[in-house]
Amino acid sequence: MTPAATTFHVPHRASQRRVTGEPPFVRRALIGVALVFLSLFLFIPLISVFAQAFAKGVGFYFHTLNDPMAWSAIKLTLYAAAIAVPLNCVFGVCAAWAIAKFDFRGKNILLTLIDLPFSVSPVIAGLIYVLVFGAQGWLGLYMNADNPKFPWLANWLNDHNFKIIFAVPGIVLATIFVTFPFVARELIPLMQAQGRNEEEAARVLGASGWQTFWRVTLPNIKWGLIYGVILCNARAMGEFGAVSVVSGKIRGQTNTIPLHIEALYDDYNFTGAFAVASLLALLALVTLGIKTWVEHQQAKQEQTEIVQ
Amino acid sequence: MKTLFNLVLLAAFALSANAKEIKLLNVSYDPTRELYVEYNAAFAKYWKAKTGDDVTVSQSHGGSGKQAQAVINGLEADVVTLALAYDIDAISQQARLLPADWQKRLPNDSTPYTSTIVFLVRKGNPKNIKDWDDVIRKDVSVVVANPKTSGGARWAYLAAYAYALEKNNHDDTAARSFITKLYKNVPVLDSGARGSTVTFAKNGIGDVLLAWENEAHLALKEFGADKFEIVTPSLSILAEPPVAVVDKNAKRHHTTEVATEYLKYLYSDEGQEIAANNFYRPRNEAIAAKYASNFTQLRLVTLESEFGSWANAQQTHFADGGVFDQIYQPQN
Repeated sequence: MTPAATTFHVPHRASQRRVTGEPPFVRRALIGVALVFLSLFLFIPLISVFAQAFAKGVGFYFHTLNDPMAWSAIKLTLYAAAIAVPLNCVFGVCAAWAIAKFDFRGKNILLTLIDLPFSVSPVIAGLIYVLVFGAQGWLGLYMNADNPKFPWLANWLNDHNFKIIFAVPGIVLATIFVTFPFVARELIPLMQAQGRNEEEAARVLGASGWQTFWRVTLPNIKWGLIYGVILCNARAMGEFGAVSVVSGKIRGQTNTIPLHIEALYDDYNFTGAFAVASLLALLALVTLGIKTWVEHQQAKQEQTEIVQ
Repeated sequence: MKTLFNLVLLAAFALSANAKEIKLLNVSYDPTRELYVEYNAAFAKYWKAKTGDDVTVSQSHGGSGKQAQAVINGLEADVVTLALAYDIDAISQQARLLPADWQKRLPNDSTPYTSTIVFLVRKGNPKNIKDWDDVIRKDVSVVVANPKTSGGARWAYLAAYAYALEKNNHDDTAARSFITKLYKNVPVLDSGARGSTVTFAKNGIGDVLLAWENEAHLALKEFGADKFEIVTPSLSILAEPPVAVVDKNAKRHHTTEVATEYLKYLYSDEGQEIAANNFYRPRNEAIAAKYASNFTQLRLVTLESEFGSWANAQQTHFADGGVFDQIYQPQN
């Protein structure tokens, strides 16, 4: 431990104040504006979701959530997230590792591709799958062709009633697409900042590639990874646009939580819609809680590292 | 052990032979949600009594054009119950899932119930909206869905156009200027009829909603008769929402028979009563007479008499670059 390291600790309040030279009223005005903005756009809507959800009493609230249609929507949403999040987690770690630790041709292209789901509208993402896998798309035209190449494959697909869009696989695909960049985008800057010295040291000391990853890289990126997974999961469960295009909106079969909320709202069941919406709001609050905890843990870990 | 296994298998077979679980998917347009919830339960009961089989009908709702597009793209509907014949024609032409003459397979051009377009206004009719001429007044804000995606919105457009033609001795230019003024008054175009009802009734936008008659009655029921009232114009259109079995899908699911019966039962006394109770005009004359007080009498023109055919109306008015595209400019 070096004495200089202590200067990294939280500075004294007085010195913090001196960071800006603005007069007090400017600072208060700025804080006030931020608070008003937050309450108008975040707190009030959030509270109103819960107020509306319980407008017809606790009984009605649980009656709505107990409905088989609501259950099927909740199950489908969890199912889609349970597939999409681990896949994107594995992919995100691989991509971030490749990009941060190695130099290769086409690295920039890979980076751009990872960002694609951020820049493409979710509705377009859904439409892409309709165009590829729909009955008038490549897959559909192949399955319905009079003389398909590989007739055994076409027969097999038809016999098993192979369906992608307007069925669960399409919903999972759309969810994977829109949540694709979250983990990778979280890890790439972190891993780039950490550099490759520790991995190189591990290799020199005789660790295998797998050991290097498991014992050196993973512990370093642990908190960043968890952070990415949380964001990825929140988006996976809340996604509306892309999923609504590929779902077909069959009640009790292909409606996810966000689509079920829309259906209830359109049934004039406004209280019911808000009751189900409150689930997503709860999810957001839990996400926020875990996120704060993770950030706290991360800061603590960094501090102990500095102290060591 | 093996005999026990065989016995279990046998029992399972016997059970499944006794009561089959049949699943149907009905892809429908926007305002029929409540109608088919009630009808599906009635049909399941009827089918159980007739054959002993359990039938569960799943529902999917949205703008009629959008729903037809989903079926074309592979949404595996056993039956479609859409807002207008052209949308089912599109499924037949583009995806070849049912023959071109599908409309001849059931009575009344495969339309078991009809409806029309009426006005829904706020209680007391503060803007004094009586007929189509009031809807194009500059001080009136009109809510209606997008005719590109919604069936009801296409009927509403054609009803207004038919009125304008009638008033101007079938002068197309005058009718076009009438319809231009009408859509200048529209602040928001939702994609389906239900969306525009919510916009008007729940979100309080607009002075008048151009709505399906059944949708207007349902809004009175849901939001309270003390909030809105229905205004019947002097002339409107006979809206015919047809139904059809989607042959190829039903064949693949082995549901052709039950799907056909499902649609035929709409013409039965019970089916017609359910339709009338949900404010769709029944075809059966005796039942129509029984529920006559539900429906205001007004002059109804038919699509065929004013526009020839759906293919014609679609081509002229709603296709890309058609009259609607020429006259509609989004308002700020």
